Amino acid sequence: MTKMDITEYFQLVFTDYTLRTITLGTAILGAVTGMLGSFAVLRKQSLLGDAISHAALPGIAIAFLITGAKDTNTLLLGALVSGLIGTFWIRGIVKKTHLKSDTALGLILSLFFGFGMLLLTFIQKQPNANQAGLDKYLFGQAATLVESDVWMMAIVTGLCLFVLLLFWKEFKLLLFDADYTTTLGFNTKFIDILITSFIVLAIVLGLQTVGVVLMSAMLLAPAAAARQWTNSLATMVFLAAIFGAFSGVFGTAISASQTNLSTGPVIVLVASVFVFFSFVFSPSRGLLFKQIRFIKNRRDLELHKTLAFMHHIAETHDDISHPHAIILLNNFQGYTRSTLQKLVEKNYVEIKGSMWSLTKIGFETAANLYTKKSTDNE
Amino acid sequence: MDKNIAVKVDDLTVAYNYKPVLWDIDLEIPEGVLMAIVGPNGAGKSTLIKAILGILKPIAGSVSIYGKPYKKQLQLVAYVPQKGSVDWDFPTTALDVVMMGTYGSLGWIKRPRQKDKKAALEALEKVGMLAFKGRQISQLSGGQQQRIFLARALVQNASIYFMDEPFQGVDATTEITIINILKELRKAGKTVIVVHHDLQTVPEYFDWVTFLNVKKIATGPVKDIFNDDNLTKTYGINYKVSIQE
Repeated sequence: MTKMDITEYFQLVFTDYTLRTITLGTAILGAVTGMLGSFAVLRKQSLLGDAISHAALPGIAIAFLITGAKDTNTLLLGALVSGLIGTFWIRGIVKKTHLKSDTALGLILSLFFGFGMLLLTFIQKQPNANQAGLDKYLFGQAATLVESDVWMMAIVTGLCLFVLLLFWKEFKLLLFDADYTTTLGFNTKFIDILITSFIVLAIVLGLQTVGVVLMSAMLLAPAAAARQWTNSLATMVFLAAIFGAFSGVFGTAISASQTNLSTGPVIVLVASVFVFFSFVFSPSRGLLFKQIRFIKNRRDLELHKTLAFMHHIAETHDDISHPHAIILLNNFQGYTRSTLQKLVEKNYVEIKGSMWSLTKIGFETAANLYTKKSTDNE
Repeated sequence: MDKNIAVKVDDLTVAYNYKPVLWDIDLEIPEGVLMAIVGPNGAGKSTLIKAILGILKPIAGSVSIYGKPYKKQLQLVAYVPQKGSVDWDFPTTALDVVMMGTYGSLGWIKRPRQKDKKAALEALEKVGMLAFKGRQISQLSGGQQQRIFLARALVQNASIYFMDEPFQGVDATTEITIINILKELRKAGKTVIVVHHDLQTVPEYFDWVTFLNVKKIATGPVKDIFNDDNLTKTYGINYKVSIQE
């Protein structure tokens, strides 16, 4: 991919009808799945999206078998129905059998997906010329998006946003503490079903673009990335929507500027780049800054220990700045040449030849180290 | 003096799968007591609270709060769940969690107002956590998290408080803060019901006690029934109340 292609794409996006439709579609899809994905992630139901999208496959096949037509809306309606059935079976299994939810999710996922694949192969063996192309729902095909699809996505996203704002307080409460929500008199089942229904709806809308297999990444990746940057639920949901939308746009741009790059997987890869970047570079939770803080803390501690040791030696003299041999420090574990150098830079210590002496500031700092420690720990 | 009955439990039976966790519990909790529920692990102490609050559905039995079903008395009851029951890495602040205590009185859809925020801040101050109001909850110590939960219940301004092991794994500062607040609540005429593990502190902290081990063993004033006999019946081993001295 060259830079030219991408700029060319961004020029074309405003003029070319097809490109604009696809870009809008993937952007909206990314935003709505990112938003809802935040809830799935925080409820520790990350696998739910995967199960729902896989559970949708037999619905698509059955809808085709019944109607014999490949109308997108009909097929997605089928997907919605079987996705919902799968979801409620999962809930049912967890409630009734006391199996853990990951078991239930895995069970339903493979059961429905297996059944869906069976139906797909059956359909492919049919003499009906119309049957080709149903397998595009496996990995999605953004190129088939038309304006009405995008409208549909926009309406669902708007509706979702409205419900989210309306029940924001209740959603947050349920996500954080479901039992407590019950004791306050809220109908947790209603809130739960509301969230889950929207997740199912968003997933079904994305099947055409991203496909059954990769759909859950659209739900999880933007949310996981967003979580790294903020400690506020509202900001997290907002960021996840932004990350999702950008993944959609960039994914479409990259795949459009290359031949033979399928859009769905590229979108998912772009979303993964967001995740990777966030995991490494987020200031508070990122691996990089965590490591830097870790090293810095160790250095500080080393410094403190050396200083405390020097203080210990200096205390034995009436004159606190009495010089001592550097060799004395060699017995001490935390001591290195560079820590000594740092102490000099901080004006805590003076070095003359092979002798060191504590300065007044150094002595006082060292004396206060312990008392400061104990107040820090409250 | 004949006291009002704050909480009345009749023939309550709760089971997970086939195993009964609570068997045929009858319990009357008088208004204004500070009551400990004690019993060994798996005795159903938390379950009892959860069943009273409608979090768990009992197989049989009924619960009434001041003579009416719980659903009709929501505003009278506040709950402090076990600290470990939620994910403290949830993206929110201490103040935000305490604000949740106002959600019940607000009802569906309505947003908290300035006066709700004020109430939350007051509760934070009461538990000595005002300085931490903007802190991300994962960055609070266990004791501080427990105090946040207590503050959230205080905001509800209820008449009956249910607390599930509020002293578990907290430091001395928090334990003293909490017990002082509980005693204040009692002084204000509230009823406080606490699942408690530390038998040593029962006589010091509480004036009422319920012994529970799947069945109710005994319930009444600490000074009358907190003895060897009931402890042995509840815990199954020979208990000596050397702890009372």
